[in-house]
Amino acid sequence: MATADATIAARPASRPRYGSMSRDRRWALRWSYFFLVLFAIFFLMPPIYMLITSLKTSAEISAETNPWWVYHPTLANYVELLTSPSYLTYFRNSAIVSVFVVTLTMLISVPAAFALSRMKFWGSATLATGIFLTYLIPETLLFLPLFKMFATFNEWTGIQLINKWWVLLFLYPTLTVPFATWIMIGYFSSIPKELDEAALIDGATWSQTLTKIFIPVALPGLIAATIFTFTVSWAQFLYPLAFTTSADQLVLPVGIITSLIKGDVFNWGQIMTGALLGAAPPLIIYAFLMDYYIAGLTAGATKG
Amino acid sequence: MVEAVIQGGEIAVPARRRSGLRRTMQRKSTIAFFMTLPLILLIALLVLYPALYSLHLATLNKSMERFVGLNNFLFLFKRETFWMVVKQSCIFAITAVIFKAIIGFIVAHFVHNIPAKGQRKWRGMLLVPWVIPPAMSTLAWLWLFDPSYSAFNWILAHFGVGPVPWTGDAYWARFSVILVNIWIGAPFFMIMYLASLKSVPEQLYEAAAIDGANWWQRIWYVTLPMMRNIIAITALFSLIVTFANFDIVRILTAGGPIDKTHVFATWAFWLGIQGGDIPLGASVSLFMVPILAIAAIFILRDITKRGNEA
Amino acid sequence: MAEVRLRKIVKRYDEVEAVRGIDLDIADHEFVVLVGPSGCGKSTTLRMIAGLEDITGGEILIGGDVVNDVPPKDRDIAMVFQNYALYPHMTVYQNMSFGLRLKRYPKAEIKKRVDEAARILDIKELLERKPKQLSGGQRQRVAMGRAIVRNPKVFLFDEPLSNLDAKLRVQMRTEIKKVHQQVRTTTIYVTHDQVEAMTLADRVVVMNNGNIEQVGTPHQLYHDPRTRFVAGFIGSPAMNFIPCRMEQSGADLAVRLTDALTLPVPPARADRYRGHVQNGKLLLGLRPEHITEAGQHLDPGEVPFEAKLEVTEPMGMETLVYFPINGTQVCGRVNPNAGARDGGSLRLAANLNNMHLIDAASGQVI
Repeated sequence: MATADATIAARPASRPRYGSMSRDRRWALRWSYFFLVLFAIFFLMPPIYMLITSLKTSAEISAETNPWWVYHPTLANYVELLTSPSYLTYFRNSAIVSVFVVTLTMLISVPAAFALSRMKFWGSATLATGIFLTYLIPETLLFLPLFKMFATFNEWTGIQLINKWWVLLFLYPTLTVPFATWIMIGYFSSIPKELDEAALIDGATWSQTLTKIFIPVALPGLIAATIFTFTVSWAQFLYPLAFTTSADQLVLPVGIITSLIKGDVFNWGQIMTGALLGAAPPLIIYAFLMDYYIAGLTAGATKG
Repeated sequence: MVEAVIQGGEIAVPARRRSGLRRTMQRKSTIAFFMTLPLILLIALLVLYPALYSLHLATLNKSMERFVGLNNFLFLFKRETFWMVVKQSCIFAITAVIFKAIIGFIVAHFVHNIPAKGQRKWRGMLLVPWVIPPAMSTLAWLWLFDPSYSAFNWILAHFGVGPVPWTGDAYWARFSVILVNIWIGAPFFMIMYLASLKSVPEQLYEAAAIDGANWWQRIWYVTLPMMRNIIAITALFSLIVTFANFDIVRILTAGGPIDKTHVFATWAFWLGIQGGDIPLGASVSLFMVPILAIAAIFILRDITKRGNEA
Repeated sequence: MAEVRLRKIVKRYDEVEAVRGIDLDIADHEFVVLVGPSGCGKSTTLRMIAGLEDITGGEILIGGDVVNDVPPKDRDIAMVFQNYALYPHMTVYQNMSFGLRLKRYPKAEIKKRVDEAARILDIKELLERKPKQLSGGQRQRVAMGRAIVRNPKVFLFDEPLSNLDAKLRVQMRTEIKKVHQQVRTTTIYVTHDQVEAMTLADRVVVMNNGNIEQVGTPHQLYHDPRTRFVAGFIGSPAMNFIPCRMEQSGADLAVRLTDALTLPVPPARADRYRGHVQNGKLLLGLRPEHITEAGQHLDPGEVPFEAKLEVTEPMGMETLVYFPINGTQVCGRVNPNAGARDGGSLRLAANLNNMHLIDAASGQVI
């Protein structure tokens, strides 16, 4: 019987706590925390190291002292970057692009998700699967033909598409729209069918049903989709690297890499600061809206 | 009693008492169609068309004026680098996904074990690598792996272990790329598995415990079968994303040393954009497709088969 | 005028016929209940009347107009759903006023109607709450309020009480009846619970397998069922069906149940059954309340016999007794003090004045 207790103790899961826990369960819990701490160290160490490095002077970075501690903390790196016009340009470009992409994505995804999940029409199931399948076509396959397409477009119309930051507004949605649509389809599907029928009988048109009923009820899903779209847009590296080259057109990830690494000289203090500031917006949003984030991700997990 | 009703945002059609129900159905279809049209256009123009176009591009010569058929592919097949890239991409992807899945699974279990109140905090902390833009975090790893100033080497020195050439030596470089990949991706697996774990009914575990199963048997006979679908889908997604990954290799090693860490994406970029030979780059990228397709077919087939079983 | 007429209504899904051509006339102000087992087509019929399902064949008329091709919102109907279907993000007031707001009614008019409905349903204090703060019964009342406020020609109820617990169901049943007395709108109500049908309806429509078995007042259906299905569906505990043969001796008819048990047919009924003596497949239909303990004094038509009880169910106000006749389990209702015991034996009396004779082959009541 002792072994049975021990094995049951190994997975207390979400069991209610009975008075005092048995010794076995306490040990299982201790081991859990122990490993969790180890993994937490593994996962959090690089960002923490970024922070540590960002507070160091160049002198301290190249010194032989303990790299894991800051002996003479300084905010000089932050000040330099936040007052550097080029860095601010990158930040601004990233921000504008991300905000636009989020808006565009939601405008495209939400009605599409509604139509696909609620208004059963010819081909809607195929289309929904098709969206899922577009993820099988990675951006690393598309960037070259797109490059050529834009160059050709330039030849035909004279409109320069390459090296313009707003080109990214066309490209990013190809990455964000399918996922946002998929999330919204999941949320919309979970709304009971009677609600549509009640609205129909109450006299609502399809678009009224969408705006007055579905969107408010599926608001958590909308928030999740928005967060994801923003995070994905902000983190984009390949498309901007391929399609924007001059300094004033760059977005943050590309800007940091290309401009802060001049030749062989790496100004690590600034690079880490730049990277940390660049990681800040998604992290801050995540910190505040973590539950929506996770809920959006796992919306499909429990249904399998 | 005749009411003029505006249907949908884009169409204004007066509703008449005697309009055919067919008409109403058509209107619903039309509205639905217009609602999905932007999505369809976006995918068609900027995903499907370029994908097909790349097929065409791969058959052109470097200046894109002549049709050269399969010459690009033949050229690639003869080059040793190409096969290295194939090998490296596959090894990276498979190794990384396996470890991501295992680590994700293990961590998910630990998080699942602790009381519910604490779970939120831990979940929050452990997902951070996935939230940070990969380009930024890869920079951090680049710094951690720096040949002269690596913080890791500093710690290792205290144990008398010589400095590790994280990005300088071919084998270490490959290890580093996979490590960063795992670091970034494992939290995603953890979150998905955690959600799936929570949906396994507690009673199944209780029944198994009564039947005499130990913890390992419970995982094998209860947890894993219930999670099959989610494991398969997450693995598929991750396989594709990891296989086609660009950021990590590009920033960490730029494909070096001596092309030993190049994957399809970075090599295609090198040939296509930096080398100016778009058709050749396209050929390289295209080579991902059959491999991805095979993986997708296997896994999707597994899912639908289980779906039918259920 | 808000009468509803169904003419030869057919509903086909691919190969399956869910509704096989039914005709029904519902008068203005009438409360009609469609009742039947799952899959009988009652919900489908209701949804066709609502406009939520296409009509494969036939016509539906509301207030004299053919509404086959009219969308739900133009049919001037209101519906109460099994799952209430309240908009979770709106308050009770907003839920009830949604339809009117869509039609752009003036605010004052909306308020007047909502307040009136809230008064009828006694939900005035709930107007500012959200659905998730309400109990099941309250939510159902809000759903009804939403229907009342529209002042439609017809109310449609789709199994509204199925989600409530037994006690609440009884309570809400009375509420619905009271509302109908006040508001008097034509109502079509779907349920699988025959108790609801009997207590609420002016007329009951019993459906089975896509067909109407019988239409009548609750009394008619209870005392004068025309098919075996209706006889067995209405009334709880259900009517007993015992295979039997008809015997004739002279002018008297008797029902032979077993070798040992023959029950004489009352003269009043004998004429009806005379022609069926030859029929080999007959069932005796007798309701449990017509099998009780034999008292000292037997009325004409009451026939005593000994029964070996298998199971007894003390219900408090009566005891149900189960015993076999000829291989069939028969149910009777006896006084709780009659001494009924599991495995015991009891002298019972069957009152054949209320008997039914059923032709087992056709399912028709003779």
